[in-house]
Amino acid sequence: MADLTKKHEPFVRVAKRTQVSTKKSVLLQISAFVLAIIAGGLFILLLGENPLEAYKHIIEGAFVGSVRNPLSSVQATVVRFIPLLIASLALVPAFKMKFWNIGAEGQIIMGGVFSTYFALFHSDWPHAILLIVMILAGAVGGAFWALIPTIFKIKFNTNETLFTLMLNYIALYIVRYLEAGPWQRTKGYASIGSIDDNARLPEVFGVHIGWIIALVLMVLMFFYISKTKQGYEISVVGESQPTARYAGMSVGKIVLRTMIISGAIAGLAGALQVAGIDHTLSGGIAGGVGFTAIVVAWLGKLNPFYIAGISFLFSILAKGSSTMQTQLGLSASVADVVQGIILFCVIAFEFFINYKLIFKKKEG
Amino acid sequence: MANFINFFYAAILSGTPLLFGTTGEILCEKAGGLNLGVEGMMWIGAFAGFYTAWKTESVFLAFLVAFASAALGALLYAFLTITLKTNQNVTGLTLTTFGIGISTVLGFAMTENAGGNPQISSEFMSKLAPIEIPFLSSIPYIGKMFLNYNPFVYIAIVIAIVIALIFKFSKTGLAIRAIGENPSAADAAGINVTLHKYLCTIIGGGICGIGGAYMSIITLNGTWQSGGGVVGGYGWIAVALVIFASWSSAKAIIGSFIFGAFTCLQYYIGQFSFLPAFIREMPVSIYQMLPFLLTTIVLIISSVNSKKISSEPHSLGLNYFREDR
Amino acid sequence: MSDTQYAIELRGITKIFGEIIANDKVDLTVNNGEILALLGENGSGKTTLMNILSGIYHPDAGTIKINGKEVVINSPKDSFALKIGMIHQHFKLVEVMTAFENILLGTNNKLNRKKAAEEIKTLCDKFSLKIDLKKRVCNMSVSEKQTVEIVKVLYRGANILILDEPTAVLTPQETQNLFEILRAMKKDGKAVIIITHKLNEVLEISDRVMILRKGKSIDSIETAKANAKILTEAMVGQAIDLEIERPETEKEPHALDVRHLSVKGADGRMALKDVTFDISSGEILGVAGVAGSGQKELCETIAGLHKVEKGAILFKKENIVGKTPSEIIKAGISMSFIPEDRLGMGLVASMDITHNMLLKSYKNSKGIFLDRKEAKKLAEDLVEKLSIKTPNVSTPVRLLSGGNVQKVLIGREIESNPQLLITAYPERGLDINSSYTIYNLINKQKQNGSSVLFIGEDLDVLLELCDRILVLCHGEVMGVVNAREVTKEDLGFMMAGQKISDGGENNG
Repeated sequence: MADLTKKHEPFVRVAKRTQVSTKKSVLLQISAFVLAIIAGGLFILLLGENPLEAYKHIIEGAFVGSVRNPLSSVQATVVRFIPLLIASLALVPAFKMKFWNIGAEGQIIMGGVFSTYFALFHSDWPHAILLIVMILAGAVGGAFWALIPTIFKIKFNTNETLFTLMLNYIALYIVRYLEAGPWQRTKGYASIGSIDDNARLPEVFGVHIGWIIALVLMVLMFFYISKTKQGYEISVVGESQPTARYAGMSVGKIVLRTMIISGAIAGLAGALQVAGIDHTLSGGIAGGVGFTAIVVAWLGKLNPFYIAGISFLFSILAKGSSTMQTQLGLSASVADVVQGIILFCVIAFEFFINYKLIFKKKEG
Repeated sequence: MANFINFFYAAILSGTPLLFGTTGEILCEKAGGLNLGVEGMMWIGAFAGFYTAWKTESVFLAFLVAFASAALGALLYAFLTITLKTNQNVTGLTLTTFGIGISTVLGFAMTENAGGNPQISSEFMSKLAPIEIPFLSSIPYIGKMFLNYNPFVYIAIVIAIVIALIFKFSKTGLAIRAIGENPSAADAAGINVTLHKYLCTIIGGGICGIGGAYMSIITLNGTWQSGGGVVGGYGWIAVALVIFASWSSAKAIIGSFIFGAFTCLQYYIGQFSFLPAFIREMPVSIYQMLPFLLTTIVLIISSVNSKKISSEPHSLGLNYFREDR
Repeated sequence: MSDTQYAIELRGITKIFGEIIANDKVDLTVNNGEILALLGENGSGKTTLMNILSGIYHPDAGTIKINGKEVVINSPKDSFALKIGMIHQHFKLVEVMTAFENILLGTNNKLNRKKAAEEIKTLCDKFSLKIDLKKRVCNMSVSEKQTVEIVKVLYRGANILILDEPTAVLTPQETQNLFEILRAMKKDGKAVIIITHKLNEVLEISDRVMILRKGKSIDSIETAKANAKILTEAMVGQAIDLEIERPETEKEPHALDVRHLSVKGADGRMALKDVTFDISSGEILGVAGVAGSGQKELCETIAGLHKVEKGAILFKKENIVGKTPSEIIKAGISMSFIPEDRLGMGLVASMDITHNMLLKSYKNSKGIFLDRKEAKKLAEDLVEKLSIKTPNVSTPVRLLSGGNVQKVLIGREIESNPQLLITAYPERGLDINSSYTIYNLINKQKQNGSSVLFIGEDLDVLLELCDRILVLCHGEVMGVVNAREVTKEDLGFMMAGQKISDGGENNG
């Protein structure tokens, strides 16, 4: 017979816990962030750079402007903040519903495509009308792109994670096709050129008005999710579809509606990018924002206000890193690495919110 | 005919990294882990393998380091999802962001140091030249189509077959399948669920890493493309191919080569004179889109067909905690 | 150390889940060649205690001795090494694999299929177990699955067998069969622990009874000296009246008429075949049958959640086939459904009581915003009226105990005084007192003139509570019988597939 004596007891084992105080959970989150910053610093150290200096460059790069325009860096940070916040907000209702829409990237691109159409071919429309149409067209484009996988999800339960992901690539190649084909400006040169001045967004405080739209959306999304019937329906569907059906909710309709909203908001980000910043349509319009948004939405626990905070933090990282690249000769992708580490740390620390460790007792 | 043989040859070559990625992910998914970090792990393998090849000129070391580095990435995923029970979707996606990020940063630093795009020596590259089998390789058509590849094409196929055999015949394979289907049943049967899950995830990740190294070293012909897409979405195609192959690494061999054909179609389609002109002259972007479009179609078809007994592991994507009630 | 060497000796076993103490300093002993019944109400910690023995849970305190040796069990593997085998209530089988693969799973032997098959056959012959090794588990009946579990445990050479509620899913005849097997094992010198809450079975099969109450070990009685009354009092901790009331009511026949109903299950096979029955108002119609005989589909179909292939469901002469739950409500039919899987279907586990009240009523308020006021009031009322134990109405329901979860669900469902009440295993997982509260609530609905469809698993309860009983087998109606007249044996035969000629016409 096997000899299973006291020595055999594991050094540490895991048990579930029911609830943890808010204070402790906030403390855990903060320590996760600190740990992530330290881990990121170690990585920079391994690359042979001084991490403190690298972080200093990042902060300065995000906030300290040029002599001529002291606000230029802050404005550039905000410019990155706008699409990231909007795209992350777009994911809130989808993720709340446990619909793994990782296609924000493609939805942003399609929003850009739809709105560019009006910028290119109806640039003679009155300024205000043209801009409104472009923004609406962007929303329609994003919604359309989100609708395709949703319909298949509802009909055949097709895996939405992979479907939305593939649509990101397909959207990208659609833009490439337009650049080199029908919307080409100069023959032999794959670009559609700049859009007419008439199709560009006005600025407030040196940044296009998208930031106002983003902040309004943040507040609206908060109310939509937590105060409306539709928000309630989304939560129920996300928790349990049988329960939703049991309560007389039409699950398919709710999923469809929610994904239209999700896609439309992402598409809006694309339209703002075209009309506000890029003033053209290119393959780089989304530039990975759709992917970063997933991390942001998750870190922000689907709360629009937290999400805004994290979007801003990530925008500082991204803007600062690009400045750092030119100054230190360190790739701007350091931002991606640090973001990854932050998420790893935060979700790892969540373990301590849900579980506790029990250490082996001393022999007694 | 010569055009077709060239096309076939190219399809096998481009399908090989996909096969590595798909086989690695199948191993992981069979044990219930849906690792969306394949793209990231392939990137890690791509950089680590390339760097080692560039520095040491040893083929063995290059691919070993690629395997080990990607396995390390997979270990991170395994630790987070298996031990700390984090959400698999989010963890995998982050592994992708992280993997691409870290490889880009390191690749950038490598390029800065080299003062230009680093290039692996031609001596190293010659070790990866197609294996000439005396007489056999020179058989017309068949020699070129089947018996004239670099060693890693064969290695990919062998790994895929070995894994298929393990699942079909061995006790370990049975145990892994049981874990993917119903971890609590496997646990109650006395199988070490955690150990098997870790091993599958780590080894699977390592195999993905070899696929990445294959791309940076062989596909890109020994030059690091700084700023360019080294893996360029192949990892994601591999994730989808797992579904296409219905979780069988034997079927993945065929699947990978079909997808390989689509990825290189753009270079050959123009030469197929039997095709109508409008097809041959379609813009390149359309052909670049095809693998992704095909993946989507495959996804749809396999979901429409899923009414029959599904080969998808039942607990795929779910974490297991023994004391859950 | 004492001279007697027990097969199992547990001393001071304690296990805590969050704030719930599942086992509180429990002592337990079993001898070789003894059948011990572990008796206790739901939530008294029986399964937890046995899961500690089988390596699923790790105790927070206490010692385990097997054959006199102190051991630590960290995993099911350790448990097997000690020759302990547990047959869990929810079978731990891999559905897509064959019986053979399931039995071999995790064993250390070389994969010698031929030899293994022979060994299994010898085992089966010894204990007269019948098993088809090539059959996939997903194609098996519940009792076949149980046999696979038993063989699995025996094949690993277990000398100590633990069975968790093994009879819950069996017909009376299958239960007898199982008991024969257990007796054979006892003769073979094995120690057997059987967990159950059915008193008559305890008295029939066991040598000794060990009683758990609220996680504590209360008493150990020799079965020969026990009777139902002694056991119940020890189990509940107070004298209790075991009679379930069956009030007489005014009945109006054919309130609900189900005609030739056929539906397909999730696996594409027919789950209900040509089912015809009716319920009067003020009547409880019980449904008996082995688990998976079509009960779930029957409930969900009537509630408008399942597609109908053929047939009609008439409520007060109106056909509701093809109507969604919200359309049924719009048609002015007030129907309530208490599903089997409370947290998976009836309630949202992560939401609090107030938000779970909203599930049925959130559409009633005007405008786009959610009105929480009335729901909150209702939640507070129910907490008081049904004495639901919860810190407050904003506690997520997943943190409540099973009985309180069920009270939340039933409370919400009967709040609207439904004309038709469908309940599936409403007492499952509840202690005796809570169960009686539930029966009383259902009886009150009956007295109010509701038609009640009551899906049950305990035949004694069905016989006492219901007016008539419909028996399902493989989705077919075996007959509808008068609950006052029928015997348990007859029900058993019908559950196993024997039809009776009497159509059970409504005689109320």
